[in-house]
Amino acid sequence: MSLLWTLLAPVAGSLLPLAAGRRNRRWLTLTALIPPLLALLLLSLTLPELLAGGLPRVQLSWMPALGLDLALRLDGLSLLFALLILGLGSLIIVYAGHYLHRDEPDARFFAYLLLFMGAMLGIVLSDNLLLLWLFWELTGLASFLLIGFWSRLSDARRGARMSLVVTSTGGLALLAGILLIGQEVGSLALGDVLAAGETLRASSRYPLIVALVLFGAFAKSAQFPLHFWLPHAMAAPTPVSAFLHSATMVKAGVFLLARLTPALGDTSLWALSLSLIGLATLLYGAWFALFERDLKGILAFSTISHLGLITLLLGLGSPLAIAAALLHILNHALFKAALFMSAGIIDHQTGTRDLQRLGGLARAMPLTATLTLMATAAMAGLPPFNGFLSKELLLAATLDSRLFGGLGAAVTLLVGLAALLSVGYSLRLAVGVFFGAGRPDEPATHDPSRSMLAPGLLLAALCLLIGLLPMTLAAPLVTLASRAVQGSATPTLDLALWHGPSLPLAISVVAVLGGLVAALRQPQLARIVALFPRRDARWLFEAGVIRLTKASLWLTLRLENGSLQRYLALLLLTAVAMAGLGLAQVERLTGERGVQPLDGMLVLGAALMVFGAVGSALSHRWRLVSLLMLSVVGLSVALTFVRFSAPDLAMTQLSVEVVSMILLMLALFFLPQRPPPWVSTRRILRDLLVAGLCGLVVASLNYALLTRETLSIADFFLRESVPGGGGGNVVNVILVDFRGFDTFGEITVLTLAGLATYKLLNRMKLFMPAGNVEGIHWSRHRHPLILAVIAQILLPLALLVSAYIFLRGHNQPGGGFIAGLITAVALLLQYLARGYDWTRQRLPLSYPLVAVSGLALATATGLASWLFGYPFLTSTFGHFQLPLIGELELASALLFDLGVYLAVVGATLMILVNLGRVTTVHRPSIEEEN
Amino acid sequence: MMAQHLPILPILLPMLAALVLLGLRLDDARQRLVSITATLLLVGISTLLLDQAGSDQILHYALGNWQAPFGIALTLDRLAALMVVLTAVLALGCVTFACAGEDAQGSHFHGLFQLQLMGLNGAFLTGDLFNLFVFFEILLLASYALLMHGGGKARVGAGLHYVVLNLIGSALFLIALGVLYGATGTLNMVDMGQRMAALDGDQAALATTGALLLVVVFSLKAAALPLYFWLPRTYAAAPAPVAALFAIMTKVGVYALLRVESLVFTDTPASAPIQTWLWVAGLATMALAMIGALGARDLRMLVAYLVLISVGALLAAVGMDQRASDAALLYYLLHSTLVAAALFLIAELIDRQRGQAGTRLVCGRRLNQQRLLGGLFMIAAIGMVGLPPLSGALGKMWLLQAADDEQGLWLWALLLLATLAALIALSRAGSVLFWASHQGKPGTQRAHPAQLVGVLWLLASLPLLTLFAGPVSGYAEATAAQLARTDATLDVPETAPLAADPGARP
Repeated sequence: MSLLWTLLAPVAGSLLPLAAGRRNRRWLTLTALIPPLLALLLLSLTLPELLAGGLPRVQLSWMPALGLDLALRLDGLSLLFALLILGLGSLIIVYAGHYLHRDEPDARFFAYLLLFMGAMLGIVLSDNLLLLWLFWELTGLASFLLIGFWSRLSDARRGARMSLVVTSTGGLALLAGILLIGQEVGSLALGDVLAAGETLRASSRYPLIVALVLFGAFAKSAQFPLHFWLPHAMAAPTPVSAFLHSATMVKAGVFLLARLTPALGDTSLWALSLSLIGLATLLYGAWFALFERDLKGILAFSTISHLGLITLLLGLGSPLAIAAALLHILNHALFKAALFMSAGIIDHQTGTRDLQRLGGLARAMPLTATLTLMATAAMAGLPPFNGFLSKELLLAATLDSRLFGGLGAAVTLLVGLAALLSVGYSLRLAVGVFFGAGRPDEPATHDPSRSMLAPGLLLAALCLLIGLLPMTLAAPLVTLASRAVQGSATPTLDLALWHGPSLPLAISVVAVLGGLVAALRQPQLARIVALFPRRDARWLFEAGVIRLTKASLWLTLRLENGSLQRYLALLLLTAVAMAGLGLAQVERLTGERGVQPLDGMLVLGAALMVFGAVGSALSHRWRLVSLLMLSVVGLSVALTFVRFSAPDLAMTQLSVEVVSMILLMLALFFLPQRPPPWVSTRRILRDLLVAGLCGLVVASLNYALLTRETLSIADFFLRESVPGGGGGNVVNVILVDFRGFDTFGEITVLTLAGLATYKLLNRMKLFMPAGNVEGIHWSRHRHPLILAVIAQILLPLALLVSAYIFLRGHNQPGGGFIAGLITAVALLLQYLARGYDWTRQRLPLSYPLVAVSGLALATATGLASWLFGYPFLTSTFGHFQLPLIGELELASALLFDLGVYLAVVGATLMILVNLGRVTTVHRPSIEEEN
Repeated sequence: MMAQHLPILPILLPMLAALVLLGLRLDDARQRLVSITATLLLVGISTLLLDQAGSDQILHYALGNWQAPFGIALTLDRLAALMVVLTAVLALGCVTFACAGEDAQGSHFHGLFQLQLMGLNGAFLTGDLFNLFVFFEILLLASYALLMHGGGKARVGAGLHYVVLNLIGSALFLIALGVLYGATGTLNMVDMGQRMAALDGDQAALATTGALLLVVVFSLKAAALPLYFWLPRTYAAAPAPVAALFAIMTKVGVYALLRVESLVFTDTPASAPIQTWLWVAGLATMALAMIGALGARDLRMLVAYLVLISVGALLAAVGMDQRASDAALLYYLLHSTLVAAALFLIAELIDRQRGQAGTRLVCGRRLNQQRLLGGLFMIAAIGMVGLPPLSGALGKMWLLQAADDEQGLWLWALLLLATLAALIALSRAGSVLFWASHQGKPGTQRAHPAQLVGVLWLLASLPLLTLFAGPVSGYAEATAAQLARTDATLDVPETAPLAADPGARP
């Protein structure tokens, strides 16, 4: 369990600096130190079990469906990395406490740093590949925040984004690889995967898995050609570079390679990919490090080079090579972190990191010089420092390797060349900064405070000590780690500075001498290099992103041109295509019922409808005519309903037709009177095609369905209407009882439509034309007397009719919906005849309220059935004996229907009156124009 | 007594709240009180529903006490309960955010909001296809009215596209229903499913035609490829709390597709073409939405495209139609809805503090609460992209895992690429909005506490979904298993027996 707490300490601890408040820097630094130190302590609690040969593990179930467990393990490899992360992390925190300027948001910085530390620790402790991936991506996010910490600098922003995008791209590839591994192995637990090496290597998808995993690892570990983000990540504050870009995050990639070696390694694909890419990276980084001017730039390229070295070693794959890789992971972390710290100190004290502006600092900064020279020597692979040990091992492993066959010698030569180059750039760095002539105009500098130097000095001392006492200090840890990677194949390490004369030593000596020459001839070499145009990958990357963005925008704008017509055409064509797909499977369109005989009336009605429809489309430029044509269709439909014995539908259709005609007339008033310019023939043809296809599909469907018999639920309604619903009018009983809930919903829709119209028109200021297109004024008699008189007479009659229709609805054609529409039309007529203000004064009704009270009544009726223990909207009816009137049948559905009536009246008038009101409120006066 | 009526409460409660809000003339403060109280109650009730559905028993509620194929029945299963809970949680965040003052910029905000909730819950709970149409209408009109809230040219323009397209969609819905009713003679989903499976010959082909038309309508709602072009502008123009609530609107389409696919059209000839269509349309949606996201020049548009990416993934998952993919898509649906809503709300907060620059992705003046909003944005962006440590990563991993070999190639490539595109787009947006905009004097606007509460409520769901990924994914798996079961749905839903003597009915 203490493993879990080891991980949680920095993750949860990242909140600690934020909570600590801004007392002072020292206090904050101490607070930030608590989590890593605590984690180290907790780690040491787990250590005995590991040393005793056990494998300390924790497993908590998290998301079993995914195969994701919160599973942690501590093996030698984890231990090596955990120590690096926590140990270096603590030193970096101390260092950062001095490095950051007084007024920088240090609490946030420490929080990010601890978050990163936690994520990194998560990677190395994970015992589940998915968990590992989660932490893997988390390090990317934390590093994004850290690199972009100085967010005012555009370099920092770009560097942060680039590193995020590149490493995340790798991360996504890695995810795919991990999931594939999971599919092959059937488990994502690390133990299972590591044990399933045979299965994986035998799988047909092995090359794909390797490619994906390597892509992820190489992107993270800045391997050529995915290395380009690392130099630009140097825009981060130096403690970040020291921690992330030397010791930890970039090591995550090689960690993963080491981790998965038992599962994926030991094939020529794996070995060749790793060693070739590693070799290329080794040389590339070393070469360009030689020509950098920026201190951190040199270190960045050197880091790339050393990561390549580690990859190469892992690729060589012999037991010794793998052990050497692990040793170099340790060594590189130590000396590179020290060097970054020193670069930070120099930057901090002199204000520059440019080699051209630095020089002769050895006298002014003796301690810094000591620290830097020691670490540089380690980097160059000079004895007696730790870098020498791993370099010798590398050379030995290369010489031993059979991987390259006849090219083995060439590879050794290249490795020697890289060693030469690394001596060269190391020398250049050390000499350039501390010796030679400094710029005279630079102000005098001095060593920083001892506590800022201490972490770096400690690391430099470690480099020396490991070099001197490798078997005591490094070998146990490396052996332990190696055992986690290669199990029993782990070689017995024999680390020493002096093995007697050997070929590797000879190569080393030549490399050092050559490096000396390279450093001396660097200016000449640089001139040669300058002859070749150097394409900075950043510009390629940025230009790529910009081009991608622009192309995307272009394509998006082409597709989404904002044309409603186009979107409609797409919708309708999709519908036609899909329906066509279904219709194509129908063998005979005509069903078993056949076609009923035609008669004259039917033909006439159909012809009328067709005429109306076509006429409406043809006359769309004369809107009033078009509208009238449309009403021909509507009225013909009503007649059709009459003809086929559906009086309810006919009445509804008729009243809806009237209301919508009035509505459209009102709306027409506001539309521009001049028709839009004639559209192109192509557009018309397209529209004709779409409309024709739609008509064809719908007609075929209708035809096919109407000529067929179906066993439907309709018989139930016919049978149950009177006994169950208490009404002879089945349509009405369906509306208010069988499917009353639909009606309940529909009156809500109607009310909503009213409210929406109200909302839309509420703020709208419409231009109201004073005359028609020809310039003729509309009549000044807005309210003709005859209409007013007739409307007034009609009102009580219409109300009476609607009451009658409402009451008889349950048994005869009628009902709340139709009655509501009739009432609405009658009231509307008053508005038309007398104007909005006049009517409003006499009929001070709030139509929204009418509609809402209708809804409320319907709801209340529905809820009433709860009192009797029945579901919502259960109806009842009874026969009552009333004096004078006689027996009367009353159904609770009638109350519901009353709700429908009120909602219909309210909503319809809300829409129409609102539209009418717009005309009244903003009435331009004709008098003024005259 | 209430327990018996539990399935209808998520419909009636918002209805009653809306009646109070629309019928009584309450001042702003009281309206907010009523609306928030009602939404809180809805969260409570929906949790009860979830608990009830967790017993794996499917509850039916026969409206009007009419037996199911003849009357309308509400169906409460795991899926419905899950969607209702999601709606309630989402709505609480949105309505709280709106209470900061955006609700008072036009009439009837809260009443319409509650009716919108009623429509959503009804759509999730109904077991009847025609009734689904009715609730779709309620949804449509309420959303249209809400879209107009606050007025403005962009909103009215985008609203017109929205409403016209959706009205055509409604017409197609009716045609599809007519065809399905004509071919099967019923409207209840279970009944229709059974009858469809028994059809053969031309009758079956006609039913397939109806089914395919219905799928077009639902694809329009869900915003699948050739039918999504209206969405980005509409969502970008909508008032923030409405846009946030709209995050569930596309999911209604996804829900409906999943529902009819698993309940009605399964084991019918319609099933294969529908699956193919959803799979292809989903992938294509992802591909184009990814391009849209890369090219977006405005934060709101960007979020709208990211919504589309998630819709594409969900549709493709419906098209995969396996138990694993169904479960994964449900988990991802929860996550993507909530995080998209949070991002819309955060975009509004950013907009307010950037003055002229608004949410356009150009350097503007410094935000007044840069750190706070930057932090919120970062969290939401991580969730939206699907990076660890938030639930998006888990959802995406699950979706990827659910694909089988043949599908995997496409889904993996597109989903991973889309993730990358989202990452590039959002990191660029965040960098411009929070890092590059460091000059100038910040304004004085501050986020209202209610707005922050709303955002935090939605964002809090992400760590919770991550932390409780086990139980949530377990529920999703059980839901998928329930959807895949055909035996439970084979008999016509049971309801209270019809009274033999009509006079004896209450």
